[in-house]
Amino acid sequence: MSVALDLGRRRRSLRRRRRLALIAVALAMLGLAVALALYALSGSIVFFHTPSEIAEGLVAPGGRVRIGGLVKEGSVTRSGDHIVFAITDTAKDVQVSYDGVVPDLFREGQGVVAEGVLRADHLLAADNVLAKHDERYMPREAVEALKRQGLWRGEGAPVSR
Amino acid sequence: MPSLTSLANPSRFMALSARALPWIAAVTALLFALGLWVAFTAPEDYQQGETVRIMYLHVPSAWLSLLIYTVMSVSAIGALVWRHPLAEVSMKAAAPIGCVFTFLCLVTGALWGKPMWGAWWVWDARLTSVLVLLLIYLGILAIWNAIEDQAHAARMAALATLVGFVNIPIVKFSVEWWNTLHQGASVFTLEGSKIAPEILLPLLMMACAFTCLYVALHLAAMRNEILRRRLRRLAILAASETPAPARVSSLEGGARA
Repeated sequence: MSVALDLGRRRRSLRRRRRLALIAVALAMLGLAVALALYALSGSIVFFHTPSEIAEGLVAPGGRVRIGGLVKEGSVTRSGDHIVFAITDTAKDVQVSYDGVVPDLFREGQGVVAEGVLRADHLLAADNVLAKHDERYMPREAVEALKRQGLWRGEGAPVSR
Repeated sequence: MPSLTSLANPSRFMALSARALPWIAAVTALLFALGLWVAFTAPEDYQQGETVRIMYLHVPSAWLSLLIYTVMSVSAIGALVWRHPLAEVSMKAAAPIGCVFTFLCLVTGALWGKPMWGAWWVWDARLTSVLVLLLIYLGILAIWNAIEDQAHAARMAALATLVGFVNIPIVKFSVEWWNTLHQGASVFTLEGSKIAPEILLPLLMMACAFTCLYVALHLAAMRNEILRRRLRRLAILAASETPAPARVSSLEGGARA
């Protein structure tokens, strides 16, 4: 009787181990397949391209594109609702022209993503400008204190990256 | 010390959870009172001003949407491998809660995105993968509701849950693997938190409050599900105990009509 019980228990634990192994293998295969698919698609999953990628000719002119980077210091000129500025990744710049209202966060040194048509002369005729903020959160007083000490490394800091 | 197997006994679980629930609910209320207090007295962010306070709802909801899915996946393994009834119950009870927190995360994110980014919604990798997470939750809820036989439903839901788990690392690391409009990780990074302590403290307190709320909701939902199953079993038992002649005559009556 106890031998039969023991046998049954062992068979059940064997079945469980087999099920666990099956699930582990299936999940590993699925994970690998998804990873490969995402890797293959990574060019179209990115939300924006950098000015360096534009300079390398990664995006054909004439098509719609999103370009992201920082608003170059001293590049912003406004005339009414029309605004012209440069997006920089500190290596290369792209000139952007835009008609419309920019987000509140928009200013020189701020991260932005501009969406529009890239012209042959590498000027982006944007129809949408989004602000991108970084992952730092800080009270104003703390930022002022850091800036006074010259330790500020966030957005709007003298570019050294 | 009760062992995990004795805790996993549904009757033990009912007794223990009945005793623990009021305490967890009280702690949740206390944490929410404290958390909301520090959230509304915390200083403004240097860039975002008052809008940063949306973070105190948005980030805990986002964390919970991932945590609850992970709990659901562990339960799914318990249900598939050990065929444990309590694992099934936990899996079923977690789904609607996780779905709601994912929805909250998307809504608060949209409300935050409009004033800061200038858009309610963009199709970047982070936002899209969280939308996919919501759809997976909805799909799992649909499986639970579409399949009448609960044991069969549990097996299908467990398989769907484990397949959907592939999305969890994608949500988490989307902001590192691809360019996104959504900013990168702030709290858990290799260089430590990038949030000033005055803003991090309310965030962590709200995260604790949200987590306690989830634990309370999950336990209560599990208790409800166990009671529902007992009721169903009692109903079946009662139906099978009806006097046989009465049943036969009613069947014959139905056949003649």
